[in-house]
Amino acid sequence: MQLSDSRPRPQILRKPGVLGQYMQLEYVFRAIVTAVALGVFALVIAIIYELAHEAWPAISKFGIGFLWSTEWNPPKERFGALPFIAGTLVTSMLALLFGTVIGVGAALFLVEFAPRWLRVPVSYMVELLAAIPSVVYGLWGVFVLGPWIQKTAGPFIIDYFGWLPFVHGPALGVGIFAAVMILTIMILPTIVAISRDVIAAVPRSQREGILALGATRWEMIRIAVLPYARSGVLGAAILGLARAIGETLAVALVIGNSTKVPDSIFSPAYTMASVIANQFREVENTMHEAALIYIGLLLLLITLLVNAVARLLVWRVTKGQITTVIE
Amino acid sequence: MIERKWRLRSLGAASIALLAAGTLVLAACGGGGSSGQTPTAGAKTTTGAATKPASTTPAGGGSTIPSNVGKDDKAQLTGAGATFPNPLYTRWFSDYKASIATGVEVNYQSIGSGGGVKQITEKTVDFGASDAPMSDDELKKAPGIQHIPTTLGAVVITYNVDGVSAPLKLDGDTVAKIYLGKIKKWNDAAIASQNSGVTLPDAEIVVVHRSDGSGTSFVFTDYLSKVSKDWESAVGTSKNPQWPEGLGGQGNDGVTQQVKQNRNSIGYVELLFAVKNNLPAAQLKNKSGEYITPTTETTSAAANGVALPDDYRISIVDSPAKGAYPIASFTYVLLYKDQKDAAKGKALVDLLWWAVHDGQKTTTELNYAPLPKEVVAKIEQTLATAITSGGQPLLKQ
Repeated sequence: MQLSDSRPRPQILRKPGVLGQYMQLEYVFRAIVTAVALGVFALVIAIIYELAHEAWPAISKFGIGFLWSTEWNPPKERFGALPFIAGTLVTSMLALLFGTVIGVGAALFLVEFAPRWLRVPVSYMVELLAAIPSVVYGLWGVFVLGPWIQKTAGPFIIDYFGWLPFVHGPALGVGIFAAVMILTIMILPTIVAISRDVIAAVPRSQREGILALGATRWEMIRIAVLPYARSGVLGAAILGLARAIGETLAVALVIGNSTKVPDSIFSPAYTMASVIANQFREVENTMHEAALIYIGLLLLLITLLVNAVARLLVWRVTKGQITTVIE
Repeated sequence: MIERKWRLRSLGAASIALLAAGTLVLAACGGGGSSGQTPTAGAKTTTGAATKPASTTPAGGGSTIPSNVGKDDKAQLTGAGATFPNPLYTRWFSDYKASIATGVEVNYQSIGSGGGVKQITEKTVDFGASDAPMSDDELKKAPGIQHIPTTLGAVVITYNVDGVSAPLKLDGDTVAKIYLGKIKKWNDAAIASQNSGVTLPDAEIVVVHRSDGSGTSFVFTDYLSKVSKDWESAVGTSKNPQWPEGLGGQGNDGVTQQVKQNRNSIGYVELLFAVKNNLPAAQLKNKSGEYITPTTETTSAAANGVALPDDYRISIVDSPAKGAYPIASFTYVLLYKDQKDAAKGKALVDLLWWAVHDGQKTTTELNYAPLPKEVVAKIEQTLATAITSGGQPLLKQ
């Protein structure tokens, strides 16, 4: 295949030797880059292998029943991960729910309703939230949020919503509710930043088209903007979820450290990441250590699964996406 | 066409490069990767001078060994273990170096009783420290360890109850029921009957425990197991029990913070944390039926009249002694009876000799309880005869 233009050809340095024919500069660059990419993949495989290897005593003893056993008795060497899986799922899902609702709302405000002079400062502040270290969030949670939940928000919620099955118990400053609030704030920047870009990228033709048909502003958003931006917003939400699942330090400071399955939003609980952070230094015996590593392996696999599902969803949504609402 | 050939060749070269790198990495890992977090015990000890100590002031107990027996020692000792005695040990080691043995430097890592036991078992430190005595299983892995009690500690029940400022009176059974979740409210009859004249709020008790493995938890659960059959069968004694109820704080400070921040809460902490943070401490009913306030004196009283075994592995909770606080325990230094390095061994033994004599003077200042005289007398015997190197006892008479 002859190339008709006069693009510069890469330099071909012929050097003597067995590999002489491979010594082409562009070629070398390509090889390095490919090696690094493969290396990253190999690293993930290596991590999974190492974790499985170290967790093997626990895997062979407890098997798959580890996932639904609620015992956590280090001296008697009986372990089960259900309290931690439940804690992780509850806190992440609730944080995702609140984060998406608030985040998409904020993004819509920034794009559709905010006056120009407000847009940039507010966007900047939201992105600044992402730069705050998680330990600072944890400290804020302990010293500011905790007392506020205990004195004000908790009793209020229990008074008005106590008839719900999962709202009871003394309003503690630690527990699921505190963790969900902190996680929501932590994943907001991700969701707002991506949603804002995606919503702003909806073409004017879509908006103006439906406005011309007599839609109100809310109808325009509902019919033209959101469906178009759906895949992007979904991707943002999943990224937020992935962050919420893996967040360790901020959650460890406010989660309450209880190895029982939580039965109320004000119960103390444990997440998979925070139990490892809290207990790993002082393990009682090798089985305890192996059980914690088993939890770490589960956490890694869950994170990989969530990311894979996110990619699949986005692919399917984009494939089936109606690119124009109005023909 | 040319492009595709390049791409294939790129892939081939990349794979070869990756394989080469991988083999190198695996080789490096396999060779050197076996050490954990071993503290570098790279101490260069010069042989301790064999001069007899000049002063002949006898130490307590009628022995002729002076308490400054270690003054000519030169050694660098490493130790690791319990967090509870850390403030005391830090003060001891610096006092010892400043006043008696300028050549002895001690590096103590406060990583927890469990870590201390692990490191002395693996012989990566010269001595370990633990609040709980080693179990039989742990001793099987580390044969030839001698426990030496250095001081006493007490576990205090602290609380933060609306409107209650005077000390609450509780007995062991009530505390066990609270931690089992059987007593749920502060104005429960069991608590109110022991505290007539105190208005207890109609509020749920927020139970706080330790989330990390700890000697303090061990002593507390040991006490609960002794005073409550229900506790013993449901939970038992452990550094890291499966708490039926409550939220966890990390370390003594974590529990203190949780109790301070949550209204109507109850928790357990070491005596010195309660004193330092001005936390209210409950008066517990001891075996003789008296309600005892936890202080250093009542803690020391718990060790009175106890028949000490040679390995000192004994629980002194719920002590029958008069005026004894019920949740008291020794904290131990763990060392091997047979010291391989004679110079280090002598330095260690001399340090311990000083600690159980002159060192006890600083205990009350820091809110630790001093060892009673009979205990010190027995330790003197152990140090003089049981710790040897090459068959010879290390403590010079």
